Amino acid sequence: MNANPFIREGCDIAWCPGCGNYAILKLMSETLAALKLDPQQTVLVSGIGQAAKIPQYLQSHFFNGLHGRALPAATAIKASNPGLTVIAESGDGDMYGEGGNHFIHCIRRNPNLTNIVHNNMVYGLTKGQASPTSQRGFETPLQPAGVILEPFNPLAVAISLDASFVARAFIGHKEQTLDILQQAIRHRGYALVDLLQPCVTFNKLNTYQWFEAHTHYLDSDHDPGDRTQAFARAIEEDPLRLGIFYRKEKPVFEEQLEGYKTDKRPLYQRQVDMSELGKLIGEFT
Amino acid sequence: MQAQPTFNKEVSIVLGGEAGQGIQTIETILTRTLKASGLNVFATKEFMSRIRGGSNSTSIRMADRPVRAYAERADLCVLLDYDAHAWLQPRITADTLVIGDPVVFEDLPGLLPLPLAELAQQVGGKIYANSVACGFVAALLGLEQETLENTLQQLFGNNRERLEKNLHAAKLGHERGESAARQKQLSCHSKAVTEVAGQLYLNGSQAVGLGAIAGGCNFIGSYPMSPSTGVLQFLAASAERFGIVVEQAEDEISAINMGLGSWYAGGRAMVSTSGGGFALMGEGLSLAGGMESPMVVHLAQRPGPATGLPTRTEQGDLDLALYAGHGEFPRAILAPGTLEDAFDCARQAFALADASQSPVIILTDQYLLDSSYNVPQLPIPAAPPEHRIIETAADYRRYALTENGLSPRGIPGFGQGLVCLDSDEHDEAGFITERSKVRVAMVDKRLKKLALLRGELAVPHQLFGPTKFQRLLVGWGSTRPAIEEALAQVADPKTAFLYCPQVYPLTDAVQKLLLAAQRLIVIENNATAQFARLIQRETGRRADADWLQYDGMPFSVENLETRLRQEVTL
Repeated sequence: MNANPFIREGCDIAWCPGCGNYAILKLMSETLAALKLDPQQTVLVSGIGQAAKIPQYLQSHFFNGLHGRALPAATAIKASNPGLTVIAESGDGDMYGEGGNHFIHCIRRNPNLTNIVHNNMVYGLTKGQASPTSQRGFETPLQPAGVILEPFNPLAVAISLDASFVARAFIGHKEQTLDILQQAIRHRGYALVDLLQPCVTFNKLNTYQWFEAHTHYLDSDHDPGDRTQAFARAIEEDPLRLGIFYRKEKPVFEEQLEGYKTDKRPLYQRQVDMSELGKLIGEFT
Repeated sequence: MQAQPTFNKEVSIVLGGEAGQGIQTIETILTRTLKASGLNVFATKEFMSRIRGGSNSTSIRMADRPVRAYAERADLCVLLDYDAHAWLQPRITADTLVIGDPVVFEDLPGLLPLPLAELAQQVGGKIYANSVACGFVAALLGLEQETLENTLQQLFGNNRERLEKNLHAAKLGHERGESAARQKQLSCHSKAVTEVAGQLYLNGSQAVGLGAIAGGCNFIGSYPMSPSTGVLQFLAASAERFGIVVEQAEDEISAINMGLGSWYAGGRAMVSTSGGGFALMGEGLSLAGGMESPMVVHLAQRPGPATGLPTRTEQGDLDLALYAGHGEFPRAILAPGTLEDAFDCARQAFALADASQSPVIILTDQYLLDSSYNVPQLPIPAAPPEHRIIETAADYRRYALTENGLSPRGIPGFGQGLVCLDSDEHDEAGFITERSKVRVAMVDKRLKKLALLRGELAVPHQLFGPTKFQRLLVGWGSTRPAIEEALAQVADPKTAFLYCPQVYPLTDAVQKLLLAAQRLIVIENNATAQFARLIQRETGRRADADWLQYDGMPFSVENLETRLRQEVTL
């Protein structure tokens, strides 16, 4: 496996022993290698949190920015150089909480990027508070009487916004998750993978065993082209369905921009046409 | 009413009416016609934050010398609705020729009647009142009817019926104007200057937008907010022609993070916003500092706090621009005072940001952005801007330590290296670290870059008046033309005006001038003398006086001239 160009050797990893992120790190390097992507053309964009540290441990370009703000940065990276493969990857608090507004509008824009969300239903880096996906009644140091909010349902939200690719996976199932991740990255347009993982330190409720017992794949006759059916499956709470819920080919954000209408080059290759600017200024006489 | 004396060399026209009534159309027609007639022209507007109703006004100055500043004086005052009279009352004097519809102002003494509604109705509806008014004013000013007709041809030429009706309306107005001018024995003495007709005529938003294009701007994600939206829309209109990626962001937080993503991937990005939106960008600004990303922010000021006066003007966000963003990192703040400066500062902001890998803020305000006048040319450089990016080698390290603090900037997909940026404190390769030695080295590296912004890349100051001054007036941003004009009027041999388009960091040359002043007067469109305090912080020199205004309006030439006359006779 050392031939995998995405494995970064000698990392001082900041995750707890037994953290689900190790499995995701392995899944990611294997997925990227299986897709034969070039690390020189691959950019990982993340926010802040334990999940958001993953780009530090992969051999690729990365933009590890602000908490909640991975999607705007990722959208702009793709729109500035559409030749790059862009993956925005962070945790549930980052993508669905702090970055909730960007999540909604990124789906509306539909840039050709992959949005992978480590969903462990708890905050790790800030030590154990509720996340937007925490279940009702989940007790934390900040919610000692248990969470009283309805959990955020990223799949239902994404499908309601007609996202072009919506999937959920569980890291306990390696083969299926590799397949879903590969399909998501290959998909042309915005692709969401809500990736269920346990947090061994701060979430004693949603453990490996809990996820095994409370998840189930979509039925074999599920039609990912059927939005109503996809939505119906997405709002099921127990078991949480796994697999590709919804898929739709749609116009891609960066391909519709005026800025690319006559000039297809990435922005870094462009020069201002000074004579054209002179003409534009001349129009103000 | 004796209007004759005021019609020498310069005329100041004020148009008042409610939103949606067509003041903008009259302004466009009159300013174009004036300029085409070879007269220098300046126009600025003040308006309420509403789409219909209220009271708005536009002030137009025409002269045989360049005019670039707001004047309170009203030689002609055209009232388009009843409320306009009360709104503009403070500017109306015994010398003002007040023009209005006699049906609306039946009891107003001294009114120069213009039956706007009746004449417009004759043509085909009240929409034609604008052209009636233009014809009337053009005749009072002694402008050729043909020049006015050419303007209407340019504006309405694509619709034959509309053109015919507007020409008809203008003719009716012009006839009334000519007979009124005869009755009042008006004659206008402003001389046409032939080269003016061929000059540029534009507003501050357009100048900033053009300057951004000249600076190589090819990405703008922003959220609409008055008065910054004009720049965003200008770039949107130029998107295909100049290959600019334009996106209306969901909020300002998204906007600045998009901007940083774009710079990372090789774009040259700007955001355009106002104080409230910029406040939301604070964390993103700090990210630019920490990641050492170039970033250009156009911060169009309006009076705060909170929503404040959304459509009015103030220089109240200098402190915000100076201190926004947590942590310590270098930045530059440019504050243009004229259209040429607005173009040049916007262009230079990209060069500065790229060269210093730091955020640069262009600080404008509603007054500058919404004011228009003729300029001979914009300072367009011959060559396009240089992209300061390198093709990376396999062992590339984004934050390699160097003598001057600058590490060669690579981008993903160009070269053999990996470009790794982290908002956490990082080592030379971009990896998270908490080692004290590396932390200190990285802080020192970032702060060293301030010297570049203070040095040869800085936008130079200008000194007006005597070089051996005793009294120094200091201004920044949009106050420049009013201070310049007031100083020219008073022409005190011991008083000079120092204009600082780069308000931060101050160059050595500016500091020297400030310290040379025996009496230092700082003029600002705010309540707390923010630039005076910045000067004190940087030089230790405390201003002897602050001339401040914070009612949402710009300084008028008369206001500054009066204060300066009092000052020099002290």
